[in-house]
Amino acid sequence: MHLLIGTRKGAFILTADDKRRNWSMRGPLFLGHIVHHIVQDPRKPDVLLMAARPGHLGPSLYRSTNFGKTWKESSAPPAFAKAKEGEKGLVAQHVFWLTPGHPSEPSVWYAGTSPQGLFRSEDGGGTWQSVDGFNLHPMRDKWCGAGEDAPPDGATMHSINVDPRDPNHIYLGMSAGGVFESTDRGATWAPLNKGCSAEFLPSPDAEYGHDPHCVRLHPLDPGRLYMQNHCGIYKMDRAEGLWHRIGTKMPKKIGDIGFGIVLHPRDTETAWVFPMDGTTVWPRTSPGGKPAMYVTRNGGKSWSRQDKGLPSEQAWFTVKRQAMCADAGKPVGVYFGTTSGEVWASRDEGESWKCIVRHLPHIYCVEHAV
Amino acid sequence: MTVFVPTPLRSYTKNRAQVSAAGQTVGELMRDLDRQFPGMRFRMVDEQDGLRRHIRVFVNGEAAPTLAVPLLPNDEVQIICAISGGSVVRVGLIPQ
Repeated sequence: MHLLIGTRKGAFILTADDKRRNWSMRGPLFLGHIVHHIVQDPRKPDVLLMAARPGHLGPSLYRSTNFGKTWKESSAPPAFAKAKEGEKGLVAQHVFWLTPGHPSEPSVWYAGTSPQGLFRSEDGGGTWQSVDGFNLHPMRDKWCGAGEDAPPDGATMHSINVDPRDPNHIYLGMSAGGVFESTDRGATWAPLNKGCSAEFLPSPDAEYGHDPHCVRLHPLDPGRLYMQNHCGIYKMDRAEGLWHRIGTKMPKKIGDIGFGIVLHPRDTETAWVFPMDGTTVWPRTSPGGKPAMYVTRNGGKSWSRQDKGLPSEQAWFTVKRQAMCADAGKPVGVYFGTTSGEVWASRDEGESWKCIVRHLPHIYCVEHAV
Repeated sequence: MTVFVPTPLRSYTKNRAQVSAAGQTVGELMRDLDRQFPGMRFRMVDEQDGLRRHIRVFVNGEAAPTLAVPLLPNDEVQIICAISGGSVVRVGLIPQ
């Protein structure tokens, strides 16, 4: 198995032995490029897609058909529609998120950009088209908010989830903007934020404007969504259509703020989060400088701390939203990468941790590949 | 006309620092560069036809802030990646 690592200064591929005990590393790939996401195509495992840009240049996407040995640049990267004369148009600053399409559509991929835009490729990532149902939606600007609301690296579209039962059913998350849903392959969209807190908005019951950090659809139960939000950890059963905050059972001194959330591939009740300090001025570092994963085994009714092997003090890194993942091993392997360039691995579902790589650049993504 | 290419864009020009291209405006020059070196234009020019934040174009040493700036056949064009530090974007040459 492999881990695909995207960093602020290039990409790396880690490969484990059969026991996931020893790791080797390939890279850097695209040294000096900002790599927000690198993802394997589960329908064609030799295919990788990578969102990359050097600091000076416009964004692009690269496709490999030999698991990263060679790459070909997209001939038409995601780009917003040209504005009419006299109007100000949107400019894609970077591609932030990549999601393979439904298994029945083997050449389809989705990309989310900063500022928030949704794009689809129907040729495996070679060319990209705007999903106008979202990008040109009359409410798009209101949903996405003004630029001053954006996080430091820009407002992002992320967490594009395609329902494994239906290629027309798509969810996405926006920081900021909230969670949105389409049931017609992106032609129309509706907010899906009921029950979710947005403490930074004047109305507690706002329809949109929320700040989901990461939303995951459970592959075994696609009616179940988990979310790590700016305002806590949530769960939704889609049939009910209401977010329930399941982070209230986290220890009060830790809180339930973080970037990522990872699901167990065989158990719909198990999820991992990596809390960060969301108090006072929002340092977004490990609470108290003592990093830990937290796991729930019962859908959020209770949480357990998992810090064996992790630094016990004075560790002030952050784990970004794409930088946590799980494999499908027995037991499940859980992985995360840090802003300080370390990759940590657990072969026992988070019970113990080992640092497998140090000294990489600031890590943006860690994705599992087979 | 002669166009000087900065290092971040030389993956498109087979590592050549200097190429020839034609056009009566900077915009047309960019189109010709993209015809010769596919993909190069979008790295410098965004979808609203604006020069990207860190790209600067100089014609005979004078700044060309938009794609509409006219060109003559013997002009010398420098494409430069801006140095940005703090809140002020400055312009500097990348060593050739």
